[in-house]
Amino acid sequence: MKRYVWQRLLSLIPVLLGITFLSFALMRLAGSDAVTEMYSGAGLVVSQEIVDAARAKLGLDKPFLVQYFSWLGNMVTGDMGKSFVSGRDVFDTFLSKLPATLLLAVFSVLLTVVVSIPLGVISAVAHQKAQTARDAHLRSVCALLDSGVRFVSFIGNSMPNFFVALLLMHFLAVKLGWLPVIANGVTLAGAIMPTLTLAIAMSAKYLRQVRAAVLDELSKDYVSGARARGVKETTILVKSVLRSSLMTIVTLLALSTGSLLGGTAIVETIFMWDGVGKLAVDAIMMRDYPLIQAYVVWMAIIYVGVNLVADLLYLVLDPRVRLEVERHGGA
Amino acid sequence: MAVPEPTVRETVIRGSNGKTRLCFFGVMAALLIVSAVFSENLCPYDPYLQDLDAALQQPSAAHIFGTDRYGRDMLSRVIVGSRTSIFSTFLLVAIITTFGTAIGVFCGWARGRADNLLMRVSDLCLAFPGLVFALAVAGVLGGGLSNAVIALAMISWPKYARIARSQTLSVRETSYLKAARLAGCSTSRLILKHILPNIAGPILVTATLDVGTMMMELAGLSFLGLGAKPPTAEWGSMMSETRGLLQTVPWAVFAPGIAIFIAVMVFNLLGDAVRDWMDPKMRVKS
Repeated sequence: MKRYVWQRLLSLIPVLLGITFLSFALMRLAGSDAVTEMYSGAGLVVSQEIVDAARAKLGLDKPFLVQYFSWLGNMVTGDMGKSFVSGRDVFDTFLSKLPATLLLAVFSVLLTVVVSIPLGVISAVAHQKAQTARDAHLRSVCALLDSGVRFVSFIGNSMPNFFVALLLMHFLAVKLGWLPVIANGVTLAGAIMPTLTLAIAMSAKYLRQVRAAVLDELSKDYVSGARARGVKETTILVKSVLRSSLMTIVTLLALSTGSLLGGTAIVETIFMWDGVGKLAVDAIMMRDYPLIQAYVVWMAIIYVGVNLVADLLYLVLDPRVRLEVERHGGA
Repeated sequence: MAVPEPTVRETVIRGSNGKTRLCFFGVMAALLIVSAVFSENLCPYDPYLQDLDAALQQPSAAHIFGTDRYGRDMLSRVIVGSRTSIFSTFLLVAIITTFGTAIGVFCGWARGRADNLLMRVSDLCLAFPGLVFALAVAGVLGGGLSNAVIALAMISWPKYARIARSQTLSVRETSYLKAARLAGCSTSRLILKHILPNIAGPILVTATLDVGTMMMELAGLSFLGLGAKPPTAEWGSMMSETRGLLQTVPWAVFAPGIAIFIAVMVFNLLGDAVRDWMDPKMRVKS
């Protein structure tokens, strides 16, 4: 067990190296380095000697790989350089905005789970009932229920999140006046619309996946077996079907946090929510490369972390995985 | 009472239903494409003509979606915007499909070290949360529609590479491929004539299903100012341009939004129809 966890952690090293390397290389490819950016930002035209001296001081004259490893070393200790625009420490700025984004992300994930898991299960069960129920009336009701849920999820899937955000803004804030149009700092009332926007997009996709996972499990032989033995439907559903599809459900949830993290950039910009997404978009507009770099690296690390947690959760959730790990000692 | 087995007639009806759906959404998508091609002939006003006397009008008979702050007719802009939005999406999907498939077939065919390396690279692209990396690439490249396409292509090709690779791996073990090889086919002939046609199905389905997603992501980048630049009529950038008008002329914001919604929906439905039609297993299920 312990060995498995260690192996899983060790396997992260190449991924993390790759992520940091790619982010570092990307910013180098941007064509401008810190020195030219620094002087042109200050509106100065300087001679080549001064530029060279400044480059040597910052270590920019060293080979690419040497630069990468010294950058990586600094990054690990929390030093990601200074912002080209504000001159403030990049990592501190990033950390100060992170809680607001994490708050949105956690709220949206919770809302998504609360909405889409029950709806997905209901839709899957209704789909099966619509084909197998004896009562014709029940069959048509179930078919209608399943189509209804699928229709709603389909609509949600076809709407870009910025459109959803603007629709919410129009109806909840402008027409009904229930909520402030723009969040006044990080407040609960200000979090409602961004959370809803993110959760709507995520639920629409996730609901379909939950439905497919449960439907897949429902069609397995052991379900018919349990039914034939007269086990109650709810018991089959909760104790067997849900438990065995939980693994798929958790994996897909972890994977869909990826689009959630990307989505925060647009949603935070629209609602003026002071998080890292808005920070990144502003940094892109100002060509503030160190900040963009910090955003990319840390968002990727957070995403990798979420997926790691999901992987380790299997050990708790699924006795089959636990058994496998104990028998083979991981791998 | 047991559930009656579907009769032959019912099965036939179900089967034809799939084909009808495919044709229906195919025609819808074709209509969208044709109207995008002839968009300039279809719009009632010049989409770039500013008329400040007619600025910020509510929807009326003359301007169905109203006008924006420069008095440009929103309906005309939405119609012309379809060309930018739809064709840049097609270009993007074409790039990732071709590039991803080429890499995937190469990996599946060559195997060994090159395969290992390329697959690690694709793992790496998948390790970044979707739009985050695209944002950074578009930001570094400095906006513009073609750069937005490159940015999204960089994060989207691995999906196709994986499908093509696994398909190639299974096709190369089939007896018809061995027979073709024994018959003296060259490698390029084997790949072009025997592997590609046999792996095209799943790739085509994925590509059709991806059109909607890619359209939304491109529009998202444009919305953030990292794609099409104003005054170019593109749905995402139009919404970002007019979003300040939400309180006064909401239709100027909603019109491009509805256009994206309809286009994405048509392509998503087409994708589902193509998948049901191509994949016999799904056909039986539905």
